[in-house]
Amino acid sequence: MNVTIVDYNSGNISSVINSFKEVAKNKVNIEVTSDLNKIKSSDKVVLPGQGSFKSCVDALNSINGLVEILNEFAVTNKKPLLGICVGLQMFADIGYEEIETKGLGWISGKVSKIDNQNNKFKLPHIGWNEISIVKESKIFKDIKNKSHMYFVHSYEFIPEDKSVISATTDYSSNIVCSVEKENIFGTQFHPEKSDKIGLQIIKNFIDL
Amino acid sequence: MLKNRIIPCLDVKNGRVVKGINFVDLKDAGNPVEQAKIYSDGGADEICFLDITASNENRDTIYDVVEKTSKKCFVPLTVGGGVRGVDDINKLLNCGADKVSINTAAVQNPEVIIESSKKFGSQCIVVAIDAKKNGNRWEVFTHGGRNNTSLDAIEFANKMEDSGAGELLVTSIDRDGTQIGYDNDLILKISSTVNIPVIASGGVGSLDHLVDGIKLGKASAVLAASIFHHGTHSIQEAKQYLDSKGIPVRI
Repeated sequence: MNVTIVDYNSGNISSVINSFKEVAKNKVNIEVTSDLNKIKSSDKVVLPGQGSFKSCVDALNSINGLVEILNEFAVTNKKPLLGICVGLQMFADIGYEEIETKGLGWISGKVSKIDNQNNKFKLPHIGWNEISIVKESKIFKDIKNKSHMYFVHSYEFIPEDKSVISATTDYSSNIVCSVEKENIFGTQFHPEKSDKIGLQIIKNFIDL
Repeated sequence: MLKNRIIPCLDVKNGRVVKGINFVDLKDAGNPVEQAKIYSDGGADEICFLDITASNENRDTIYDVVEKTSKKCFVPLTVGGGVRGVDDINKLLNCGADKVSINTAAVQNPEVIIESSKKFGSQCIVVAIDAKKNGNRWEVFTHGGRNNTSLDAIEFANKMEDSGAGELLVTSIDRDGTQIGYDNDLILKISSTVNIPVIASGGVGSLDHLVDGIKLGKASAVLAASIFHHGTHSIQEAKQYLDSKGIPVRI
């Protein structure tokens, strides 16, 4: 099996690579590439993302044909795709970080700044927070409700259809931190930095 | 609920762990990769490497340490010391660091913070402020605590937040290595001024000091070196103690 981590200059992805390689051992081939053919032929795709919504969307668009290939992979062919952090946020129709920017539009909704209640809460939301699992998700197999995950973000994904939400976390408000829509999975937290429990989520995705 | 973080810090020199007393008198005591793994297995919320003499000496050893550690530890890894600009940050991130802490370069050229937070995202830019009390104010020091810039630490903290820092790592030079506790006045002053998380550092000698950093200093995270490094306390003990004092921690 081939799992491809999309390398599109979205910031630092070495931790994502290390964690997937750790989980895959030598049983699953982990590719790190922006090669369209390799992405197309892989069994699963991981879409990481760091920095701003705009910078990630711009980086995706700067690789000719990449968005089309991802659309074909996830929307037309319905193959499993996991978005992490801004990778998840880009599923939205639109993001408001820096400037209004169009997303991939895979899950209707918007990405806006976390309401920190007039600075009562610090931003970014950095650190370990508990997740409340609100629907069964394949990537939460063997994950206990209220497990701790590592977060670092200032913006949140607000999907229109709440049934896609698989987990939330409690900060200044209730924040969507995981979604599942058919073959499309996303986590706002960083499984690659969430210790053994995070690695279990990665394993669950690889084992799908 | 967001948990307060406990961050063990390993001072690294030429690829080996040391812990300075007031930034001098170094004592060699271990392999940083192994040590980091012990910490992450023990429940450390993050790991911090500080390459203390990086400004002056053989720097490349830290890249090797970071690369090896990041393949074994799956909690956030912060690396600082001798980071001069975007190229150094890029190199550390590529080796597997999740965040980079920047001290001297942030003072000498604040553009570095603006530029790097735009390029890599604020989430990986930690500004390390080394401050020393002078009368009723705190002054920012650079070069591992050797040079006084006379800059006001509170003003500097604000400026760094505006420049795009994602977190501030605030170390009291007066307290560092003394084991008498954080300078909680300094920590509180900064944490109540800025709206980004503050990590308290410098002076931890007991578990109560960690509690004070959070309760009195209002720090989001507490960093300590020697109490963990010398085996005085394990990370788990520290967490259980904080938990017993009503502080939310990840156990």
